[in-house]
Amino acid sequence: MKSLDQIIAECEEIAFDLKFSRARKWKDEQDNRVIVGYLPTYVPREIIHAANGISVGIMGTGDRKQIIKGDAYYQSYICHLPRGVIEMALDNNLDAFDGFLFPAICDCIRNLSGMFKLSKKGKFQRYFDYPQNFSSSIGGKFYIQELEKVLEDIFNVNGVRVTAKALNHSIGLYNKNRHLIETIYTIRQSTPWRLSAVETYYILRAGQCMPVEDHNDILEQVVAHIQKERGEPMDNIRVVVSGSFCEQPPIGLIKSIELAGCYILDDDFMLGSRFIQGNITDDSEDPLHALSEAYLHQSTFSSAFYDVGNPKGKRLVELVRKRASDGIIFCAASFCDPALLDRPELQKEADAAGIPHINFQFHENTGQFKIIKEQAGTFSDSIKLWA
Amino acid sequence: MADPKEAIKENSMIIQKEMLARQFKDLSMAKELGKKVVYTFVPGNLTELILSFDMLPVYPEINALQSGMRKKSAEYIRDAEKIGFSEDVCTYVKCDIGMMLNGNIGPTGEKIPPPDLLLLSYTGCFTFLKWFENLERLYPGVPVAMLHTPYQEDGVMTEDQINYMVKQLKEEVIPKMEQVSGQKYDHARLSKMMENSAKAEDLLVKILESAKIVPSPIDAYFAGVYYIGPIFTAFRGTGEAVDYYTELWNEVQQRIKLGLGPVTPEGEIKEEKFRLVVEGPPNWTNFREFWKIFYDMGAVIVASSYTKVGGVYDLGFRHDPKEPLESLAKYCMGVYTNMNLPQRVDMLEKYVNEYKADGFLINSIKSCNSFSAGQLMIMREIEQRAGVPVGFIESDLVDPRYFSYANIKNRLESYFQMLEQRKIILKQEEATV
Repeated sequence: MKSLDQIIAECEEIAFDLKFSRARKWKDEQDNRVIVGYLPTYVPREIIHAANGISVGIMGTGDRKQIIKGDAYYQSYICHLPRGVIEMALDNNLDAFDGFLFPAICDCIRNLSGMFKLSKKGKFQRYFDYPQNFSSSIGGKFYIQELEKVLEDIFNVNGVRVTAKALNHSIGLYNKNRHLIETIYTIRQSTPWRLSAVETYYILRAGQCMPVEDHNDILEQVVAHIQKERGEPMDNIRVVVSGSFCEQPPIGLIKSIELAGCYILDDDFMLGSRFIQGNITDDSEDPLHALSEAYLHQSTFSSAFYDVGNPKGKRLVELVRKRASDGIIFCAASFCDPALLDRPELQKEADAAGIPHINFQFHENTGQFKIIKEQAGTFSDSIKLWA
Repeated sequence: MADPKEAIKENSMIIQKEMLARQFKDLSMAKELGKKVVYTFVPGNLTELILSFDMLPVYPEINALQSGMRKKSAEYIRDAEKIGFSEDVCTYVKCDIGMMLNGNIGPTGEKIPPPDLLLLSYTGCFTFLKWFENLERLYPGVPVAMLHTPYQEDGVMTEDQINYMVKQLKEEVIPKMEQVSGQKYDHARLSKMMENSAKAEDLLVKILESAKIVPSPIDAYFAGVYYIGPIFTAFRGTGEAVDYYTELWNEVQQRIKLGLGPVTPEGEIKEEKFRLVVEGPPNWTNFREFWKIFYDMGAVIVASSYTKVGGVYDLGFRHDPKEPLESLAKYCMGVYTNMNLPQRVDMLEKYVNEYKADGFLINSIKSCNSFSAGQLMIMREIEQRAGVPVGFIESDLVDPRYFSYANIKNRLESYFQMLEQRKIILKQEEATV
């Protein structure tokens, strides 16, 4: 077994390798393998795996690539993520990708799918629409049709028809993946000093760029490591970070929150990996139906989904309670309509539940964290002193 | 030139003003009239269906743009920002929420009643979804009906998508409307209304396509937003709308006959110097000033994407009385912002060619990613494909903080100089040949 420090270092490298070498290597090892890139937040990666593909999360360039061409494609009042994605596409970082999925999360990501179509990047470019109707016979049926379109796209590239057996196997692997991730969050809830939020982030983000089997091995090792004592407990408050489900905050920002005296017990950074809560049936004769039911009835809350009947504010409060946290840090990307339009209502629910909160905005390449650190530090002190 | 304080108005504009006054009067008296009120959106609206239940539609984004034109939006936006809305987000939403916080007074000074039903037929704009979640909290307990319109991802409408929408209409939307209105769904009545819809749509297409004539008798952007008013909002499917478009078409025909240019608030455009296709919504806070810049330069907008945001009729779609629910589904999926980017580029290129435009201009709106995200790529594509000079200006829908008159005027003047130069060069080349 590798040391935890070794695992974390490897994960950091894989997570921020903007050439996606790990996925390219996997593809080159066998014919008929495909790489399918997807934008935040969630796609059912199981279907890509079952079709002999690897799904790779395109989470942006963060502060690791200078954006020159990308800025020529976007006005100043549009978020940063798509600039980096376009920059990567134009710099050939994504050339090994066979296709791209653009989940229905906002107008920017939706229109980015059209930009990829116009520039003919990849063999297919698909806007992946989620139903906003949550009845099995209506929205569920529509969702299955969306899944079938993706399977057809991949079939057109590699000729692989997905069987129920193969898909059930893939569902099982991702069930395990989610279970291990949740185990890490559960361990961190009581002993967050054993694995910092930044380390957790590296480990989860790396999982978006490597085969799920390999990621499961890594997660098992991480779980084994953090069951033992590591690090020193600090007099920190415990917080949930909300609003960073699409454009990712720079590592310096997550680090600043931690250094300012906040243990991040839960977050929505890598929401796609944790989107489905619990296991999906993996022995069904109709696994597409099983995936659809999971989307309809086992999804976590997110700004990308219509929430009437099950409001996000209440679910966020429940999460804070479940994690026994002291407060919420609303941390949304600038110009992120979904997160920022949700914020007032989420804050109202937090106020009603007596949960303290602060908020700030970022760009994925924000380089100055002093103000954020001061703000988070004051938040931490105020809770420690007065809560 | 007419006194700038007194805007010149066509007769149809006066008729429209009266229609709107009646509409808002009815809304203010909804309770007394025993009418239920439905809040919904313009793109992909279900106006005929709402009216077939004798309910009254309210369009929050129309209220917001009216607030912008009445110089109320700055105050409303400020109030929404005070309760936590970020400066970064859609100003239509903030303006609308601010208006509600300030008593929900509509454009005629009368109070707009609270909704009995929130009908989220969200089409081509993700922010609509968030907007309605916010409205749902502002009006707790009001039933919400959701109609999810699939995006034209592959540039086509599939049978599966149409069936998905019709199923939502039958199993989600109509039952809620029946429950709220206390009336049963009347298929025959809806069908009958669609006959009127199709008649008005035929007339609207004739009116907009009259701009293919050189010089154009209409302005298809600034005046175009008035032309689309009744059909994009509460009047589609009514006899009133057919009468309005009949009158407007008569006016346009008269103008063609007399060889007259477009009517603007400053007067008629006597000499058409430039013909432009415009992409993106207009700015509402400084609408007249904005229009005047074009008037002063003799620039006529001959086609625009914004006048297709509530229905793309010139590509052939009509509401169909034979299959009313299916045609509502197709209508919703067909609106401009629900078209994918390659479709949008194809349509705009066609406009540049068919309307013999000298240039293509984008008014990029800070608030509206549904339009704005990807516009710079659209601009490059049009420049390459159509070979006309392209221009780019930035403003906002209803936030006056983002309308910089001097910047916009400066940019437009440079753009018109470029168009002028190109005309000279083209003439010289023609002479040489």
